Amino acid sequence: MANFLPRFRNSPAAAFAATAVVAAVLILLPFIFGQLGNAWVRALAFALLYVMLALGLNIVVGFAGLLDLGYIAFYAVGAYMYALLASPHLTSNFAWIAQTFPDGLHNSIWFVIPLGAGLAALFGVLLGAPVLKLRGDYLAIVTLGFGEIMRILMNNLNAPVNVTNGPQGITLIDPISFGGVSLAKTQTVFGIEFPSVHLYYYLFLVLAIITIVVCIRLQDSRLGRAWMAIREDELAAKAMGINVRNVKLLAFALGATFGGVAGAMFSAFQGFVSPESFTLNESIIVLAMIVLGGLGHIPGVVLGAVLLSIFPEVLRHTVTPLQMMLFGKVIVESEVLRMMLYGLAMVLIMLYRPKGLWPAPEHGINPSSRTDAGKAQAA
Amino acid sequence: MAETILRVAGVNKRFGGLQALADVGLEIERGQIYGLIGPNGAGKTTFFNVITGLYAPDSGTFELAGKPYSPTTVHKVAEAGIARTFQNIRLFPDMTALENVMVGRHVRTKATALGAILRTRATLAEERQIKQRALELLEYVGVRRYADYQARTLAYGDQRRLEIARALATEPKLLALDEPAAGMNATEKMALRGLLEHIGSDGITILLIEHDVKLVMGLCDRLTVLDYGKIIAAGTPGDVQRNPAVIAAYLGGGHHFAAKGEAA
Repeated sequence: MANFLPRFRNSPAAAFAATAVVAAVLILLPFIFGQLGNAWVRALAFALLYVMLALGLNIVVGFAGLLDLGYIAFYAVGAYMYALLASPHLTSNFAWIAQTFPDGLHNSIWFVIPLGAGLAALFGVLLGAPVLKLRGDYLAIVTLGFGEIMRILMNNLNAPVNVTNGPQGITLIDPISFGGVSLAKTQTVFGIEFPSVHLYYYLFLVLAIITIVVCIRLQDSRLGRAWMAIREDELAAKAMGINVRNVKLLAFALGATFGGVAGAMFSAFQGFVSPESFTLNESIIVLAMIVLGGLGHIPGVVLGAVLLSIFPEVLRHTVTPLQMMLFGKVIVESEVLRMMLYGLAMVLIMLYRPKGLWPAPEHGINPSSRTDAGKAQAA
Repeated sequence: MAETILRVAGVNKRFGGLQALADVGLEIERGQIYGLIGPNGAGKTTFFNVITGLYAPDSGTFELAGKPYSPTTVHKVAEAGIARTFQNIRLFPDMTALENVMVGRHVRTKATALGAILRTRATLAEERQIKQRALELLEYVGVRRYADYQARTLAYGDQRRLEIARALATEPKLLALDEPAAGMNATEKMALRGLLEHIGSDGITILLIEHDVKLVMGLCDRLTVLDYGKIIAAGTPGDVQRNPAVIAAYLGGGHHFAAKGEAA
């Protein structure tokens, strides 16, 4: 499956054509799915947020080999940051903030995205610093704890000072707007109507593509090699003069960055955040996306994220009507069925595709593997 | 008088009740191939690990090319200019041979994450240089044709060469090799000796820990012999070979051996 990529390297025209087709499909996708209802476009937009999340986590887990079970905390950091900076919550709870900002808190996307990225990176370092010496299971446990701490913090930070509004969450969050053009309203361009979800879809698409490009560039860099080296043999990497501490912290920080931006977007898209969106289950689902798709392999990770985020929507829209049609009543809830199918998928993947649906092609030539035998002889 | 590259003195290291190293030191001059030998358990690898920052010594002074360095963190030792290999080869097994050597360039290059994301001209130029240099080094140690092979798939002797190339990529002032001939057959040892002589003749200083006395005697300019954590002899291979303490350490019952020699 991965072999079609090198073919384009020799033919720029084919590569251009392929890119054009993919771009056209991605641009038209919301209109195609829109025929089925805007809920589907919404699902697509969420899929793109998950692509960002999965790629961010992939930097930590796939590239640097550090198992992180609390990644959703960075999503929460971004989401709450935007929610606090772009909702009436702070101005209605703190008189001095209301005085400083008489028009209420509203912030431009050009301010929010870098801030979300930076704040999440800071939290990435905060998590990374104490866990530098941990590996494998121990690292997983601590990061899991970190994720839960963040959620519980959000849940309880409504007293004595009401910062997060606790379990009720924050409402009335501003939608994203570009220089006065709000993404919350249907916009008409050249006579074509773009509903709000379409606009968010395009915004997230751009962000997801930026994420992909950044990930590819990082992977092929000096830093990407250093991550791979510490993943393979930490001591040997140290002996080569790699400052393992800094390189690991960079992995945590850069990975968190994407989580933070995705979180801010999530919060603007929903208009509402509450701690419920940032449970351990979410962390596990994002991890499942990258493992299912192909750990460390960017196209695989994107595939995993899209599949696992669209799949529940498909179930929700098919299972109930199907059962009504067949049996006249609902026997199995789609939610129950979803978990069952997740379990089944997990078992099947482990049995038949332990490296994921679209794993990284084997790195370099391995004369003992069948596909490379020919190449080895030629060399 | 040649310049002293490595000067280590007064190293003590204790593991619980065992005095692994007692007042050990050595001086290596630029361009020398310096051997560190001794029977099993003599403390060679411990001393080596102290010099390269893997073990913290209880005491000792360390100077590299006239500058004191503190062997407390492994990566700082590499940065200071000592590159090492491992007794049981530690390559990055799933990376290609070329990438292994490219990792060795890490410490002498400085592209940042931002440079990589923006693909700045400087980053791209540096990346080309890294690759270029890595290919040259693969050529130098004689495994250029396996550049795109996974490191794990190389033959044992080639993996050793690759590990040496990776160490050389860090532009070391001192190349420290931990038993490079371990597990090699006679032919491979001959080839290795050729490579080390070649590296030495290019002016690179080498510290060599070795079990194989024959290899060491032929290759090294100077030797230090350790036994039970103490230096029992130091000097040229010829001197060391005749030293009764060394003979005793290697063969046991040294005086017996010496007496027989006198009779003959």
